[in-house]
Amino acid sequence: MAGDEPQMEQAQPRPDLPPWQQPDSVGLVEPKDYTFAEPPNEMPLDSGAKLGPITLAYETYGQLDEQKRNAVLLCHALSGDAHVAGYNSPSDRKPGWWDAMVGPGKAFDTRRYFVICPNCIGGCKGSTGPMSINPATGRPYARSFPVVTMADMVRAQKALVEHLGIRTLLTVVGGSMGGMQVLEWAINYPDAVWSAIPIASTPRLSAQGIAFNVVGRQAILDDPNFRDGNYYDGEPPRRGLAIARMLGHITYLSDESMHEKFGRQLRDRDDYSYEFDVDFEVESYLQHQGQVFTERFDPNSYLYITRAMDYFDLAGKHGSLEAAFRHVRSRFLIIAFSSDWLYPPYQSKEIVSVLRASRAHFAYCEIPSPYGHDAFLLEKDRIGRLISDFLALEYSRALAHPG
Amino acid sequence: MTAAPVRADLLEIAALIEPDTRVLDLGCGTGELMRLLEESKNVSARGIEIEIERVMDCVAKGLSVTHGNIDEGLQDYADASFDYVVLSQTLHLVSRPGLVLREMLRVGRRGIVSIPNFGYWPMRIGLLVRGRIPRTGCFSKPWYNTPTGHVVTLHDFRHFCSENGIVVEAQRFVTTGGSLSRVLAGGWPNLFAQLGIYVVTRRPA
Repeated sequence: MAGDEPQMEQAQPRPDLPPWQQPDSVGLVEPKDYTFAEPPNEMPLDSGAKLGPITLAYETYGQLDEQKRNAVLLCHALSGDAHVAGYNSPSDRKPGWWDAMVGPGKAFDTRRYFVICPNCIGGCKGSTGPMSINPATGRPYARSFPVVTMADMVRAQKALVEHLGIRTLLTVVGGSMGGMQVLEWAINYPDAVWSAIPIASTPRLSAQGIAFNVVGRQAILDDPNFRDGNYYDGEPPRRGLAIARMLGHITYLSDESMHEKFGRQLRDRDDYSYEFDVDFEVESYLQHQGQVFTERFDPNSYLYITRAMDYFDLAGKHGSLEAAFRHVRSRFLIIAFSSDWLYPPYQSKEIVSVLRASRAHFAYCEIPSPYGHDAFLLEKDRIGRLISDFLALEYSRALAHPG
Repeated sequence: MTAAPVRADLLEIAALIEPDTRVLDLGCGTGELMRLLEESKNVSARGIEIEIERVMDCVAKGLSVTHGNIDEGLQDYADASFDYVVLSQTLHLVSRPGLVLREMLRVGRRGIVSIPNFGYWPMRIGLLVRGRIPRTGCFSKPWYNTPTGHVVTLHDFRHFCSENGIVVEAQRFVTTGGSLSRVLAGGWPNLFAQLGIYVVTRRPA
């Protein structure tokens, strides 16, 4: 069955070249942005408020084909950004956050597909969010930024996709919070989404998920530097954000992966300190993750984005999950991970159930993995193969489909 | 298992299925039957498979597959939501065959079950002469290293059906040999057929 083998001719690494010139890298990429919803045409939000002007920071990789049928929209997770693959400058130490998936010969093969990734609104990576300057006041929005929802984030992305001249996306893909956006896309814009790939996702954030968000936010809100969100002229509530991130990281791992990664290993010492210093490897890891996060993330954005996740509940919004999916036309590839206890497989299976009842085309795969929720970034081989196979067939199907 | 009887098995099953119907394939493997049905009969096929690599093979074929364990039942599936539910060479592998058969006939209007026959004569001779479980057909692996959970003959299956209110509407027998073998398998299937294929429904109440 040679014809059924995955068609992922991987380019050979070239040790003589720097990372951004490797044949399987998208190379140097330029961040882009698009501003719309200028007053008085602000974008309406689910809360009833309006937001505008809105800037979306985004990156694209590959070329849009002539029929405009090869566009892939990638939705990032809570702490992600528009920089998915490649390097923004030759001095970057690391490539984008899903570089393993996007590039020549990779799952999202940029020789065939045009990949778009925008930063979500409410974020802090170039798109309009609480740290942006409110043109009406000349000062950062801070807490005056309106609370946004997943549907609002997606509504803004739709404006960008239209701006790029794309009527139908070949696929919308994302993990975790990105998966929530995938579902919003398929439900709210059924004609614009040929296929959809929600990974490690859910039709609603669980009570457990909300609970972790609550504690993370509380750490920020109770940080003395928070000052009701108006900290942009001084020291931000770093400690609170770091604690939120440490908590987050625990939920992204699993008992097994923590045991594998750290066990009870001590950090640079042979015995306990009998103090409250950093004794354990796992302690050091969490401290480090918390600390680096404060270098790159705005605490207010953390509040807004986690709130948007809390409010995500498709059945609640539409009356039932069946009602939510009633007009969905996309073909689905749904991926979950066995050890993910933050977005456990049973939550993906709820999406599967409703697609089954509506007789939609879908494939569901529960990848056995010890890595917990983080598996969506780590199980590259299997995710890569599933996506590249699925996408290749959907692309030829979409091309054969008139319109 | 040699390749030939498997193909014959699937072709026989496909021949029993009406065009333009909805089919659920339990233990669909790499999706051979589903693809055959979609391409040759315009069937809308769905599959369930427990092995991740086979699920991925199904995805590569563009098939609608659910990664899951049929031993957990089909509670997500509505009554009579399929025209046929197929269980091909899988009944002997599940831990609760009774439950799986009941669920098949709840979800499908008809069930199609193919069964490797432990009453096939080389099995009997092997057992009689050597006193050991023969290592042929689906018993090609030693007893301690095989997923086979249940040893069943075609007579056993017929008996199970009559005890459980299941009607056999049609049957086909598969054997690897030539025309003589086929004649014998038709006449004395429990002795001469390697595989039995049964179209089953629930006896009307």
